[in-house]
Amino acid sequence: MSKKADSSGSIPIADTISRMTLPRFTPEQDPGPNFLALVDDVGIQNAVRSSLIDDLPHGTTCVAIKYDSGVILAGDRRATSGHQISHRTMEKVFPADQYSGIAIAGAAGPALEMVRLFQLQLEHYEKVEGKSLSLDGKANQLSQMIRQNLPQAMQGLAVIPIFAGFDLRQSTGRLFQFDVTGGRYEEANYASTGSGSVHATTVIKMGYEDQLQESQAVELAANAIFEAADEDSATGGPDLIRDLYPIIAKISVDGYEAVPTNDVSTIFGTIIDSRRSKVSGGE
Amino acid sequence: MSMPFYVAPEQLMEDRADYARKGIARGRSLIGVTYEEGILIVAENASNTLRKVSEIYDRIAFAGVGKYNEFDQLRIAGVRHADLKGYSFSRDDVDARSLANQYAQMLGQIFTHEMKPMEVEILVAEINQEGGSPSGQLFHILYDGTVKDHSDFAVLGGDAEVIFERFSKTYSDSLTLRDGIQSAINALAGPDRILEPDDLEVAELSHVNGRRAFRRIEGDELLGLMPS
Repeated sequence: MSKKADSSGSIPIADTISRMTLPRFTPEQDPGPNFLALVDDVGIQNAVRSSLIDDLPHGTTCVAIKYDSGVILAGDRRATSGHQISHRTMEKVFPADQYSGIAIAGAAGPALEMVRLFQLQLEHYEKVEGKSLSLDGKANQLSQMIRQNLPQAMQGLAVIPIFAGFDLRQSTGRLFQFDVTGGRYEEANYASTGSGSVHATTVIKMGYEDQLQESQAVELAANAIFEAADEDSATGGPDLIRDLYPIIAKISVDGYEAVPTNDVSTIFGTIIDSRRSKVSGGE
Repeated sequence: MSMPFYVAPEQLMEDRADYARKGIARGRSLIGVTYEEGILIVAENASNTLRKVSEIYDRIAFAGVGKYNEFDQLRIAGVRHADLKGYSFSRDDVDARSLANQYAQMLGQIFTHEMKPMEVEILVAEINQEGGSPSGQLFHILYDGTVKDHSDFAVLGGDAEVIFERFSKTYSDSLTLRDGIQSAINALAGPDRILEPDDLEVAELSHVNGRRAFRRIEGDELLGLMPS
């Protein structure tokens, strides 16, 4: 049953489609609840193989902040190709499953594919096994997916996500940062990723305290993205012309929930007003 | 040299079918029924961990009676098929009809070619995309690959005929969740038995639950919906 793509990297699409039958395995070859192994076994190849790739869309700044009853995830909407803005509406913050979320920075194509596979992996495990993976299990899965992406990362297609979730066993929000080799680092308070992360982190660092309220954490995240967009050309701020705002989501004991766009636009309106009142004329 | 005895094909198939039916008759039955908000599946199952009813995909559920390890193997194959299809194409391209046909092929193949037929009957239930009519579809697949489709209700298991009779009397085409659960439980129990929540496994497919329409009804919620 097991058949993998040949070493030249060609994708056996015909093979995949003709295999749209019920997949059956002998007990030794059975991939269990692992969707990635299943995808591999049936011969769907999702790797891009070529020399150095430039000028593909890249996503930029995302942050995560812990608050008293969960975690906030936020990300801007801009994707850039070199010095061009390639997308203004890109979403970088996604639910991974009911109780966790993922925010991505890096090469947009592989990043979105990684999110899709990760979501499927969690859902597939849940359906086959009848229960969800633990939060550590989910973070570990993501870590392995990032490591598998290392050859592509070396060609300029790095993907660096933040993973955050509500741990039902420990009754607390938790967040994880990663590096390009799949290194997984649990952070106690906050994390950020992407080209604007230096600025975003500074803002969070100045405003962070233990046991923030939900609304305070949402405002802090919005401020962080706003300042990152102010300093970093690849990060997009609130787009008042097109009425586009960064995406903010909260994950608590009630699960993953996006903050409504109206609320987000109000928060950014307040930030803009407060900045305007402090500055008169250009620097 | 010994000569193999000739066995008429009719006899061979008859024997296999009897064998499968006997295996299925040893287990408890289940009912799948469309109700006003989707599809409801009520199974008699003394175990709280070995499930008979489960989720396959966004709008598709699976239920099996007979030998647990055999229908569970079919369930997992179905989850894999659906997830791979959704990954390769789109989530909207995953449908119960194609899955039911795949199951039928597989069961038919095993029935005629392998040593032993599978001692199972399975139900593949799907609610249509929002606003579609009819609201749902039930595919009942037998051990030999026979497929029957229903848009009202299906009864699977050993006592299917008796339970079918009982359930037909209380069925109407727009049952509420409570009425659906109660008449299914009464039909499964019959006049002489009382079923407790611990003896039951109940789940629904409903658009109310969002993208993943499958939801188990258990614990206090089930207790509150039981017949008094």
